[in-house]
Amino acid sequence: MSQSTASIAEPVNLEDIRAASFLRDATTAFRRNRLAMVGLLFVILLALLAIFAPLVSPYNPYIVDLDQQLLPPSLHHWLGTDNFGRDVLTRIIYGARISLVVGIVPSFISLVIGTVMGILSGYVGGRTDFVVMRLADMMIAFPSLLLAMVVMYTLGANLFNIFIALALVGWAGVARVVRSQTLALKEKEFIEAARANGTTQSTVMAHHIFPNVVPTLIVLFSLSIPDAIMWESSLSFLGVGVQPPKSSWGLLVSAGEDYLFQAPMVAVAPGVAILLAVLAFNFVGDGLRDALDPSMKG
Amino acid sequence: MAVSADNVLRVRNLSTEFHGDRGNVRVLEDVSFEVGRGRIVGLVGESGSGKTVTALSLMGLVPTPPGKVSAELIDLDGIDLAKLDADGLRRIRGRDVTMVFQEPMTSLNPVRRVWEQVGEPLRVHRRLGWREIRGRVLNMFEMVGIPEPKARLDAFPYQLSGGLRQRAMIAMGLICEPKLLIADEPTTALDVTTQAQILRLMVDLRDRVGTSIIMITHDLGIIAEMCDTVNVMYAGQIVEQADVFELFDRPMHPYTRGLLASIPKATEKRTTRRLPSIPGIVPDLAKLPGGCRFRLRCEHAMPICQRREPGLIEPGEGHRVRCWLHETEEAVRQAETS
Repeated sequence: MSQSTASIAEPVNLEDIRAASFLRDATTAFRRNRLAMVGLLFVILLALLAIFAPLVSPYNPYIVDLDQQLLPPSLHHWLGTDNFGRDVLTRIIYGARISLVVGIVPSFISLVIGTVMGILSGYVGGRTDFVVMRLADMMIAFPSLLLAMVVMYTLGANLFNIFIALALVGWAGVARVVRSQTLALKEKEFIEAARANGTTQSTVMAHHIFPNVVPTLIVLFSLSIPDAIMWESSLSFLGVGVQPPKSSWGLLVSAGEDYLFQAPMVAVAPGVAILLAVLAFNFVGDGLRDALDPSMKG
Repeated sequence: MAVSADNVLRVRNLSTEFHGDRGNVRVLEDVSFEVGRGRIVGLVGESGSGKTVTALSLMGLVPTPPGKVSAELIDLDGIDLAKLDADGLRRIRGRDVTMVFQEPMTSLNPVRRVWEQVGEPLRVHRRLGWREIRGRVLNMFEMVGIPEPKARLDAFPYQLSGGLRQRAMIAMGLICEPKLLIADEPTTALDVTTQAQILRLMVDLRDRVGTSIIMITHDLGIIAEMCDTVNVMYAGQIVEQADVFELFDRPMHPYTRGLLASIPKATEKRTTRRLPSIPGIVPDLAKLPGGCRFRLRCEHAMPICQRREPGLIEPGEGHRVRCWLHETEEAVRQAETS
């Protein structure tokens, strides 16, 4: 606390300093978790590869070379080439750009919406609860793929609309889980103690309910990333998602399917990429939950 | 009624009922009492006698619906809480009236740092900056005797023992210098040694800060040790009300006598008899017997007890009791004929 040299008049400082000291505690715990560290390193590696794709890979992912069709893995093409003679590894690295973004961004959006809706619904109850939950029921009852397709079809197939479509499909599940947690938390004595302090409803929700839901949110987040990657590939497969020649991992798998026996690498390699990324995110999620949740200690 | 001039709290005819599947259940009926400035007032009774509901009703913490609180007057140092709306009560809570709960293990939020929680009343009511709050919390920690207070500021609740948590809760209760602190069985969940420390701390703080305290307990030992006046509750009513010495010297209500008789005495050489207990159980509030609520367990029950509910009378100076035994024969006869 003493190293703060910024102006005292700025109360915003509090957040920075407190966050820093809390992060220090959490980082120590996280570092001891080997699986989580491996996961984190892999995620960072993926992100770097995606960002610096043109520097990393020697080939162009879009140029068709019909002389090089469906080559097996070799020194030049580590994972072989696809039916248009494009380097599979290069395609995977470029595909990571879209797959990572599509995995993270819509998951985060639906997490935010779902959390707000779930806490409101569970804590305020009554009519709010009824309206929010019926809305969520509608979302869950409606075939989500159809809903996402309708959104993509009407708004147009681009990345931003994929975010909207996936968030629309995803928030209801989050809201359900958060609501049930809120209902349980609401009965806890510390909530009554907080109310005895004269806190407003919004303070109770933001400062007392929300921090208790965070561990669940982290797990939900790490579980919904692979979901989102899969959803995107379904949409792309149906032609309303990412448009060729651009590619995502999901699209690579579905495109490689046709050549599964001639050149298995074309479909298997991006599949393995999805698998590894999903595992890595889950490890990181579990590690974060354990590191950030004080109630799991002691 | 002998009303002493300086009361922090005056409660008149506080009644609370709950609407449920079994119809309306009155869990509190016409509860009236006073809390003198700087005094410790005890609320004592068995489980289900309405002690905690009294506290929650005063604080406006009874969930409505299904609950409904009504009172003629709840005067907190000039403010009538009975006339305030929900938001008005919220502004009073944590500033003028605070509460220490029974379970220190569960009344602190497990994922928030202790100082944030103890300082919460300051943030809510005084809108202070975090430096100021930390400073005041540190002072309070020193005051309530938390060792190494500086290191404990950033602790999470799981890092503190039960006794320390209850000290932190008391610090939270006193941080806004409230007029009244309601302690709901603050030591029930603690072991005996810690219990004594916490009780001594509360008396000590009362002496230094001057906050009045309502002490809710079922332990007459605590009452004898700490309180200035006592209210004995039974089935949602106050059945006896007196100065602490008066109550222990001259208990009037058969229920109070029963409670006092069932305390084991250290002076008795050998247990030659079974510890006396009051026969029967607290009646179901939805199915109260007619007349006096205690009559089915009372060895002195008379015909009138079955027919009419006794009122709260004052046979001695400041000593009130709800029992036909202490009415004049004249009054009993009148009640019987009417």
